Amino acid sequence: MRIADLPRYELQPEEVKRIDEIIKKYKGKKGALIPILQKIQKDIGFIPVEAQRKVAKMLGIPEKDVYGVSTFYSFFSMIPRGRNNIRACLGTACFVKGGKKIVDRIIKELGIEPGQTTADREYSLQVNRCFGACGLAPIIVINDKLYQKVNPEEVIGIIYSCKK
Amino acid sequence: MPKINSTDKAAKEVKEKEAVKIAGSSNTKIKIYINNKAIYTSPDKSILEACLENNIFIPHLCFDPRLKPQGTCRLCIVEVEGIPEAVASCVTNVREGMKIKTNTPHINELVRINLELIISDHPLDCMTCESCSNCALQDLAYIYDVKDVTYKGKIHEKKVLEDNPFIFRDNEKCILCGRCVRMCDNVVGASAIGYAGRGFECEIIPAFEQSLKNTDCVFCSNCISTCPAGALQPKPYIGKARIWEVKKIQTVCPYCGVGCVIDLHIKNNKIVNVSSEIGKHVNRGNLCAKGKFGLDFVSSSERISYPMIKTKEGKLKKVSWGKALDIVSDKLAAIKKKYGSDSIAILSSAKCTNEENFLMSKFARAVVGTNNIDHCARLCHASTVTGLIQTFGSGAMTNSVEDIKHSDVVIIIGSNTTETHPVIGYEIIRCVQEYGLKIIVIDPRNIPITRYATIHLKQKPGTDIAIILGIMKIIYDKGLYNEEFIDSRAEDFDKFSKCFSAYTAEKVAEISGVDKQSLIEAAKIYGSAKNALIFYAMGITQHTCGTDNVIALADLAMMTGNIGRKGAGVNPLRGQNNVQGACDMGALPDMLSGYQGVENDNIRLEFENKWGKPLPSRKGLTVTEIIEGASSGSIKAIYVMGENLMLSDPDILHVAEALEKLELFVVQDIFLTETGEFADVILPGACFAEKEGTFTNTDRRVQRVRKAVNAPGSALEDWKIICILSNKMGYSMNYNNTAEIMDEIASLTPIYGGINYERLERRALQWPCRKYGDPGTSILHTKNFTRGKGRFIPVKYTPPAEVVNEKYPYILTTGRILHQFHTMTMTGKVKGLNEIAPSNLVQINTDDAKNLGIKNRDRVKVESRRGAVTALSLVNSKIKKGVVFMPFHYADSPANVLTNPALDPEAKIPEFKVCAVSLKKI
Repeated sequence: MRIADLPRYELQPEEVKRIDEIIKKYKGKKGALIPILQKIQKDIGFIPVEAQRKVAKMLGIPEKDVYGVSTFYSFFSMIPRGRNNIRACLGTACFVKGGKKIVDRIIKELGIEPGQTTADREYSLQVNRCFGACGLAPIIVINDKLYQKVNPEEVIGIIYSCKK
Repeated sequence: MPKINSTDKAAKEVKEKEAVKIAGSSNTKIKIYINNKAIYTSPDKSILEACLENNIFIPHLCFDPRLKPQGTCRLCIVEVEGIPEAVASCVTNVREGMKIKTNTPHINELVRINLELIISDHPLDCMTCESCSNCALQDLAYIYDVKDVTYKGKIHEKKVLEDNPFIFRDNEKCILCGRCVRMCDNVVGASAIGYAGRGFECEIIPAFEQSLKNTDCVFCSNCISTCPAGALQPKPYIGKARIWEVKKIQTVCPYCGVGCVIDLHIKNNKIVNVSSEIGKHVNRGNLCAKGKFGLDFVSSSERISYPMIKTKEGKLKKVSWGKALDIVSDKLAAIKKKYGSDSIAILSSAKCTNEENFLMSKFARAVVGTNNIDHCARLCHASTVTGLIQTFGSGAMTNSVEDIKHSDVVIIIGSNTTETHPVIGYEIIRCVQEYGLKIIVIDPRNIPITRYATIHLKQKPGTDIAIILGIMKIIYDKGLYNEEFIDSRAEDFDKFSKCFSAYTAEKVAEISGVDKQSLIEAAKIYGSAKNALIFYAMGITQHTCGTDNVIALADLAMMTGNIGRKGAGVNPLRGQNNVQGACDMGALPDMLSGYQGVENDNIRLEFENKWGKPLPSRKGLTVTEIIEGASSGSIKAIYVMGENLMLSDPDILHVAEALEKLELFVVQDIFLTETGEFADVILPGACFAEKEGTFTNTDRRVQRVRKAVNAPGSALEDWKIICILSNKMGYSMNYNNTAEIMDEIASLTPIYGGINYERLERRALQWPCRKYGDPGTSILHTKNFTRGKGRFIPVKYTPPAEVVNEKYPYILTTGRILHQFHTMTMTGKVKGLNEIAPSNLVQINTDDAKNLGIKNRDRVKVESRRGAVTALSLVNSKIKKGVVFMPFHYADSPANVLTNPALDPEAKIPEFKVCAVSLKKI
């Protein structure tokens, strides 16, 4: 994915206000960058380039440092996430227990690749490597809720049942 | 600021390490064993450094002596007795008795595997790679015989980023050693590039993959010079030559006063690349955009390649050298006969060599018989010379660039260091980040280096003395002054100490508009520093109170005893490559070479004996007085070598009128400049790359300039032109080469007494270097001041000559920007630089702009009592309210139409830094 290919996102006035509040809350504290990005991710659903520029400017740090952190952690996204965020695990244990099949099933159902969001912004899919719950493999996480020992047949049911 | 806080502890540790380093490098040596051989080295060294200095090969890719080691490439591994696993030698310090083994079969195997891994994801297109034969990775592959990809698998398809005029990045070749990132962060301070992504996806790019043009990148090229794998290339030089085809000629950069030593790569009489030896010389291999990319002017088709005279119709006509010089010599002789020697004036050049300036001084005094010789130092550091000579006895930087790392606090006042002296700026930024150096910036604008400042005092232009006096009062009241120094090294403190008593913090805050608390804090930081340096430039000198500004800084340094030690002193940063040299050589109306007063009979006698002619004893006229003289009719002829008065002098509309009145105006230059248009005779000179000679940089370092290419057409070295002209005028001036001129300089100039070309071939020498064998002087005034005792001179705050009123409500201050130089005679010919800095921008504060209805990039008319110019606006809050800033480079929008020619009474320097203007959107 190239940043240049991303649609340009204009921050909404309430989003600008929210970002300002978040930054003000953490500004001056040591290691403020990651909590700020987490909060923006949570409240706005993603971290657009414009928001990252704002964070850099207000914290007085280089833009490349913000961009380095936001691209390092898979938790941060630069494209809007869906109202329902699905995270599937392809760590070793989940993979061995058929995690790949689960992911393929979701891809087929929703018509999106990992890292993408459905056109109606209802669902987004991410693939992660290990949540540290290998004993429950294979797992998926939807909106911070963990589902254990999932099998490909029932995964679609789970997704639709926990729709926000 | 956040950087300083977060690294405070680390910085302290490094500082301690550095303290060991300083002590260590002088005497303590420890014994280590490398491959069973005993080696003595200092304890601050890493194993890698100890090996490299003893010519023991250790492979390495992420190490650069300019950077803090990071230990990422894992190639510099060695075996150390007592440690079970391989040790990265760049991040492990030597210890007494350490037993090290390099290049053992085990180590070699590990290195080979690491190399194979790197090569597996690196294109093997060495035969067409721009870095072929100049590539650390290629060399290691050769040494370890890594021919092909051992680990086949997914390889990267990464980006090529080249949407800027200078830096070409091919990330497929990048090995992620991080040298470019560390260079950009820790040395240059631009922080334009960083790691993005993770794991396999990780690559080094600007934030958001944007063009470097939209980042803080300064195009210094140091990322290119540190890249070990050919991922970064200098775009304008790509495809020009293979490295083995070029001849490298070591010379000195022709731009600012830092005096970076550069290697010109020459192929077919053309400069095809520029590099600098890593870790050596004053610049340690670092360069800026102008030095790396700004030399296209040398081969520009606009160079003057033959002499020209102006016909009756006012057109320029090509003539032979014989004819042109006959006209000059006949006319000069006639004018001398009719009006006397003092009706002739000579303007020498801070761009030309020491030898040429010396000959120009000789020409003025011995051939023409006048002391009317001056050069552009009058417009930049005249007040430094008058101010520091009165207080210290010597008007030059007291310290060396290497000294910055020994300092705890640096005051930067009236110097936009990172833009005007970039390589010194890098060193300051590096010391902030590596050693925790504190910076106090005193400037009306948020100049780039304020990002690293502990305190920034944003004053109203022209109120510097009030601030310095305020700082002195706080230091005095808090007892932070150095009584012992004041008693033993200086005089007149009692008379002086009254002068600051009235400048309370409140009063200073009111006069200058700076924050009172910050002022007190700044005084405390400077006052309690162990070693503190002051750096200043035009922001101090170009005022009607320029001399007093300089004196105030000298007083402050003496009061706290911050002078004459490593890391403690007062340092005027000189603007031109050889402005220091031109002053040293006596291109001044009151001094012969080596600052020997022209009015002193004994000194004159010595020169008269050598030169075989009686010399004029009365002080001559300065640049500004020469222009006045031309205007009033007392000056009839001016001979200018390499200066562009029509952009550099204040109130240039007046200069134009004056030049029109001359009977003879001779311009010797490399381009037909705005000044050249007024000339009766134009003589084509050779530029820095076309001649032999020496330049003296800002820290008094005399360095060799070498001929790399031939001058265009019939253009001649300036020293040869002066000699021929002199011979035509009946005074014999014959030198076989510039070395002979230097010998004459040494014989007449005590501070250059020990300098000759043979020594300069081996290394640069810092004056005073009085006799053969004298190693030169890196720090001035260590035991005594040049004048004996340092003299405290009282000063008082005086407002600028022109203050704002209703009609002209804004203060205009002028200066330079990074990507242009002076009157653009040179940088104007460089395509890339003009892409980065295409036009004049007038910087206006956001609030002021709002009141005037001006938006960013609106066209604005700026008007003063003397004239008006238009420029695009640059609206931001980096500049103080009520102040506007304009660079003076651009001929199509010349700031010096506006500036005030009011002079400092002693130094005769014009007040470029303050004039009152009005702004209007058009």
